[in-house]
Amino acid sequence: MEDKLVIRGIEFRSRLWIGTGKYKDFAETAKAVEASGADVVTVSVRRVNITDRKSENLLDYIDPKKYKILPNTAGCYSVEDALRYSRLAREAGISDMVKLEVIGDERTLFPDTIGLLKATEILAKEGFLVFPYTNDDPIMAKRLEDAGAVAVMPLGAPIGSGLGLRNPYNIKIILEAAKVPVLVDAGVGTASDATIAMELGCDAVLINTAIAAAKDPIAMAMAMKHAVIAGRLSYKAGRMGKKLYATASSPLEGML
Amino acid sequence: MRGLNLRLKVNGQDIETMSATIVQLLQEMDIKPERVAVEVNLKVVRKADFERRQLCEGDVVEIVYFVGGGNCGR
Repeated sequence: MEDKLVIRGIEFRSRLWIGTGKYKDFAETAKAVEASGADVVTVSVRRVNITDRKSENLLDYIDPKKYKILPNTAGCYSVEDALRYSRLAREAGISDMVKLEVIGDERTLFPDTIGLLKATEILAKEGFLVFPYTNDDPIMAKRLEDAGAVAVMPLGAPIGSGLGLRNPYNIKIILEAAKVPVLVDAGVGTASDATIAMELGCDAVLINTAIAAAKDPIAMAMAMKHAVIAGRLSYKAGRMGKKLYATASSPLEGML
Repeated sequence: MRGLNLRLKVNGQDIETMSATIVQLLQEMDIKPERVAVEVNLKVVRKADFERRQLCEGDVVEIVYFVGGGNCGR
């Protein structure tokens, strides 16, 4: 049976979601996205350069008919800004999905969860499909769900840090309580981190820097694709129990 | 022909234009309307209203589009 991620009736081909920042150029972005097998790519909303109109458009490389474009409110430090960017994103794009970020601090880029909750509530009422970027805090994850978030996206570690899942136990608690999908957003540094997130039971992971900042982003995109698939299969398969002592895996019967 | 140019602030820049509507302004700036969103005085203008929406002296216009970004890209 196919094991597809479905959120509010939207089917997703892949459990690996990709951010499109920090790549060398659009061509590399497109190649990495292709190699990753992802069908969700996140983008940011910024001013059009009105003096130099020759600059290329990301969507010339990432076909919105082929990929689901998930706009984020990256760089927003207030509820008002996050709402403003979300509303603009909806108008610029083709869907009601928004990856909601309300950032609390420049050094850590940790979310301002109080602002995040307020913005989630308002946007959900306006019909947005809100994917909030939140802390690894099980209580806040629940509150966001109650406020109408269609999924929760706890961080594994600070954005761009590549530290992996610093508190897998919290992620586990979030997973136990959540009725909406849980996606780890931020912190994945290498393929095994993505596998660990998926083995915990996360529904998907969102990765940007770990791929874009790898020495070979295309190869890392492929590695992440396999890591996410492996982690998901491993989770579904159910791991063996851990034992302190050895258990022979060859039969003792028939020995000389 | 309108004799008066409108003075607007577009994406933070002071400009003068003969464009009377958003569609005309986008055309003048060689911007395809399909992939952008437009805000006038902090209110988002629906794409369907680009043609109708008249611009007024002193309007603050923001024209945005999607760029590469993961988390908190700046």
